[in-house]
Order: sequence, then structure tokens, then C-alpha cells
Amino acid sequence: MISAHPKTRRCSKGERVLAEGIFIYLAAAIIVLSILVITRSNPVHSVLTMLLLFFHIAGLYVTLNAEFLAAVQVIVYAGAILVLFLFVILLLNLKEEMLARRYVGPWPLGLIAAMGLLLVIVLSLRSFTPGPSGVFVTEVIRAETNTKALGKILFTEYLYPFEVVSVVLLVAIIGAIVLAKKGLRS
Amino acid sequence: MIPLHWYLLLSAGVFIVGVAGFLTRRNIIIMFMSIELMLNAVNISLVAFSRYLSDLRGQVLVFFIVAVAAAEAAIGLGIIIALFRNRVTAHVDEANELRG
Repeated sequence: MISAHPKTRRCSKGERVLAEGIFIYLAAAIIVLSILVITRSNPVHSVLTMLLLFFHIAGLYVTLNAEFLAAVQVIVYAGAILVLFLFVILLLNLKEEMLARRYVGPWPLGLIAAMGLLLVIVLSLRSFTPGPSGVFVTEVIRAETNTKALGKILFTEYLYPFEVVSVVLLVAIIGAIVLAKKGLRS
Repeated sequence: MIPLHWYLLLSAGVFIVGVAGFLTRRNIIIMFMSIELMLNAVNISLVAFSRYLSDLRGQVLVFFIVAVAAAEAAIGLGIIIALFRNRVTAHVDEANELRG
């Protein structure tokens, strides 16, 4: 499964058990926290649980040698997006919200559909074979740091998509202002 | 080294929790948070692919997904505010003017 790099040091049994333990803790925490996010009746609790969830996902990125993305996860998701959610929750009447029905009428149907999708994904995972390996093995990335390697590929090979993303963000800014301003004058 | 399949199963689990939350909750804000959950599930599998296939393109894609998720959150929350201004509700089953 893993690219068998000839110079890679074989990791000892203790290291493997430690890595597996950390992964199992992070995976269990991520699954439990995400279930908590969608079942809390108080939306503020949901947002705070999601904050914890994003920190665990950032930890998972660190174990996968993606330090820059771990930082982005904390700064953008936990720092910016969740604060936006908290601001919008200020609109809600929380006391009324906690007494209201949590789920839509046909919620068992939605649950069955989700479980069917899970079955399809898990069954399709069995026939999964990884593609050919690239050049960025751990040693290469470690030699020039994750952020520098990512920046190089982002600003050369992916320069055009990067510019397109800036346009997407511009549209989001304009759209958010238009949506929020509408009706203020009338 | 942890098998890649563990990461894919974790990603599938988080994605399914997001789908279940989106299909079952009434509160539109929680539904948006479920969408963020699904995006994060995809990010987990992309970062795992990037690590196990020794290719940084997965991480570049995650970078773009984070940017699009930020844009989507801003627009979506603007729509929620517009809905709230017109209907004074955050429950999707009470906003039924379109009779879809």
C-alpha cells in the first residue's frame, strides 16, 4: 500500500503501536464529536463541539505530514467559519429553539438513505487500488519543509486555479453584502 | 504505518454523519454545519491520499476546498439572514413558499 521507498527506515513495533494508538484516538474522537454536532439541540453546543472536532482533524493532518493544512484548518475553519456560524446563531431564539422539534418529520427516511450510502461507499472501498506514487516522498518534503513544497506547486502548476479561487472569494464577498443589505432601505 | 483504508473508512464515516445530519435536522444552521462536516470528510481522505501516494496535489486540492468552503459559508449564512428577515424562522420545513 505504502510507497516502498528503499531508503525509508523500517519503523519499530513500538513506533507502529504508538502511531496506531494516536490514529485510533483521533478517529474515535472525530466520529463521536461529529455525531454530537448533528444531535445537540442547542446550536451553540453544536458549534463548540465542532470547534473541538476541527482541532482533532488538524491533529490528524499533523500525523499525515500536512502541517500547513493543519494550520489552515485551525485558522480558517476554527477561526473564521465557526465565528461566522456563532454570529448567525445570535439571530435565533435559543430558548425556543431548544424546546422545538429537532428533526424533520420523515427523519428515519433520511437516516436510511445515509446508511445505504455508507454501505455503497464501504463496498466500493474493497475494490480500491491506489494509483502510481508521486515524487514527494517524506524525505523530499522534509528537506524543503511542507509549506515551501506546497507553495512551489501552488504558485507554479496551480497558478491559474489559484487566481480562479480569488475570483470565487470576490464573488462571495459581493454576494454576502448584497444578501445582507437587501431590504435595509425599504 | 497505518493502512490507507483506515483513513478512507474514517472519512466515509464522517461524510455519512454529515449526510445524516443534513437529511434529518430542521435547523438550517445545523444543516450548513453538516455540509462543513462533509467537506472535512473529503479533506481527510485527500490528505491521506496525498501522504500515501507521495503527491502534494491532494493538499493543493484541500487548500482550494477550504477557500471554497469559506466562500460557501459566507454566502450560505447571508441566505440564512435573508430567510430569517423574511420568515423569522430557522426551520427549513416552515419555509415552504416555493411549494417544492
